[in-house]
Amino acid sequence: MKLKTAIASVAVAGSIAALSTPAMARDTISIVGSSTVYPFATVVAERFGSNTDFPTPKLESTGSGGGLKLFCQGIGTQHPDITNASRRMKPSEFDLCQSNGVEDITEFRIGSDGIVIASSRDADNLELTLEQLFLALGKEVPSPDDESKLVPNPYEKWSDIDASLPNVAIRVMGPPPTSGTRDSFNELALQGGCEDLPAVADMDEDQMESVCQSIREDGAFIEAGENDNLIVQKLIDDDSMYGVFGYSFLEENSDRLQAATLNGKVPTAEAIAADDYPVARSLFFYVKKAHVGVVPGIKEYAAEFTGVGAMGPNGYLKTVGLIVPPRDALMDLQDKAENLPNLSKDELM
Amino acid sequence: MSDQSKQAEIVRQSLKRRYRKERRFRAYGIIAIAIALSALVVLFADIIGKGHSAFIKTTITMDVDIDGEMMYLDDASDERQMKMADFVEPLIQALMREIPGAGESDRDAVRDLLNPYASNQLRDALKEYPDLLGTTQTMELLSHTNVDVYVKHAGDDNYSIKLNQQQREWVDQLVEKGVVDTSFNDVFFSRGDSRDPSRAGILGAIVGSLLTMAVTLVLSFPIGVAAAIYLEEFAPQNKLTDFIEVNINNLAAVPSIIFGLLGLAVFINLFGMPRSVPVVGGLVLTLMTLPTIIISSRAAIKSVPPSIREAAEGIGASKMQVVLHHVLPLALPGMLTGSIIGMAQALGETAPLLLIGMVAFIVDVPGGFLDSATVLPVQVFLWAGSPELAFIERASAAIMVLLAFLISMNALAIWMRKRLERRW
Repeated sequence: MKLKTAIASVAVAGSIAALSTPAMARDTISIVGSSTVYPFATVVAERFGSNTDFPTPKLESTGSGGGLKLFCQGIGTQHPDITNASRRMKPSEFDLCQSNGVEDITEFRIGSDGIVIASSRDADNLELTLEQLFLALGKEVPSPDDESKLVPNPYEKWSDIDASLPNVAIRVMGPPPTSGTRDSFNELALQGGCEDLPAVADMDEDQMESVCQSIREDGAFIEAGENDNLIVQKLIDDDSMYGVFGYSFLEENSDRLQAATLNGKVPTAEAIAADDYPVARSLFFYVKKAHVGVVPGIKEYAAEFTGVGAMGPNGYLKTVGLIVPPRDALMDLQDKAENLPNLSKDELM
Repeated sequence: MSDQSKQAEIVRQSLKRRYRKERRFRAYGIIAIAIALSALVVLFADIIGKGHSAFIKTTITMDVDIDGEMMYLDDASDERQMKMADFVEPLIQALMREIPGAGESDRDAVRDLLNPYASNQLRDALKEYPDLLGTTQTMELLSHTNVDVYVKHAGDDNYSIKLNQQQREWVDQLVEKGVVDTSFNDVFFSRGDSRDPSRAGILGAIVGSLLTMAVTLVLSFPIGVAAAIYLEEFAPQNKLTDFIEVNINNLAAVPSIIFGLLGLAVFINLFGMPRSVPVVGGLVLTLMTLPTIIISSRAAIKSVPPSIREAAEGIGASKMQVVLHHVLPLALPGMLTGSIIGMAQALGETAPLLLIGMVAFIVDVPGGFLDSATVLPVQVFLWAGSPELAFIERASAAIMVLLAFLISMNALAIWMRKRLERRW
């Protein structure tokens, strides 16, 4: 008898759990997107939750591309309200959004992040030009004997590229291809150092991209996964290793790591904000306007993110390593948070 | 005759070699166990060595003048005024009083010793007891994470100390005076995730894990047991049931991430269930644990001796009576043991939850099956990837909590087997 009632109650509980799940109103903001913006957005979300009566938004770190894909999947509370990105939305992603009914989107450019090449403080610091960086990491580089011919990367030591560089083997740890950091690194650092080389200068755009953004696969470049802490740990243990990651990790570990100069520029917050440092990128978040008013607090969250308390010269985002925009850009952002203007495809082209 | 003695001689000569062989064989076994054990010891030593300090928090205890004028507040029950009030100032003033050497120019350096959310503590206190305005109260406030790291890890090369020389001297003074003190980290067990390491806790993850496990248990146990009983007791032996049996065994070996993909496609995209909720997590983990439960339940049913069945049938019991009155009660301990081990496996699972959005930053402790939640292993994963160094010790501490759960679940399984299982 007892067993029967136990089984029955378990079955009832199970069916209740199964039946009570149809898509329902949500009162927590759902945010997805870039792992680079994640450390900043989480701080904003937590402040927002503790200083207002709205529940704390939920954040998933899905990468920029994954976030935009989820974001553009449609209108309705099972889809996220906001997505973060460490690059701008592509026109193709904008089209995807449009075709799924996500028509009104507001874009916020929330400051910059730099990508650094760092090493342990005990290692020889690199002073590189972008061209040397490409020669060290490119899959196919101009032959040392004949500049117009591409050959599989022959360089084994930094000093093979230029006598001024340290006499150690080229070993660089960096993010995997799924990462927005890798996209930006390929685009800004490698392509930046490669497009003016005589061997590629005459190529058409696609061809150039495929040459310039291919990283060597012979073991000199080591993909380390999305865990930047792991790279930091490896660098400290091994003086001959160099690592590629976002500026905020450098700042967090500034007394143990040093950063290579690129084209003579030291990565500092000022240099990155002023676009002086060559490998700097902008960070974004996108708001789905159809959800404003449906999920409470979206507008207030955008206002919190763009407020002086967060992004001002003494804001709390600065203390976690965001390179904040200058004052007039911040005023524009606050206007945007107020009016939520629509993003048009022309802006993205 | 001589032939026999010759053979005996050969055996005798090889005897030594055979004994040696056996001794070597035994040594291999002992070495294997030693390797496994030492790996375990290294793992535990590393985790405990890194994580034990997370169970200690650093606090600042001082007398705070809750002065209305300083805070631009004359009525703490007025919501509008509370929104605009400055809750940081009284705390800075109180801390400045404790540091004799600090002048007005050191304000910012002094403020950076306090937790950025310390002012919320004052605000919440005033919200609850508006009468506190105008009084002096002794408050215990959380210190800044940098102070926490300095107090706990000064001199440890793995941590970088973010305080400047003067701040370090102040903290040393305050520790001597007893203003800065360490105590058991109750915050760690009473709060959800946070981006500020000293305010981060695992209660949210524990509750999320419990809710997810509840859904998993409620669904997978009855379904698994029913499937096992049918297959073992009622199903005809034919090609179809053979096919089902083979596939249940195959399913048990499917990588868990596949179940996550299935959950994403079916529960979220097709049924429109929300992302990141324990119900979906529980459903996915149910799919994953079902084969384990079915297999162990069938083994338990098989181990009930046929004599019991025959005796029951002999006195006229129907097939269903035999199963419900005799086989099931006797097989239940074995089924429960299998289920607990399946649940322990599900408790440590991260990969399938990645795809259904349970790998997320969630601050509020979930209150129900449809609130966004994470689980313990996900919390470990999130903290291990954070840039702040103080999260490393918290990740290790969360691993310790997770291990404690797993060990106690396995211990429960062993205890139940010992207590309830009947030997024949």
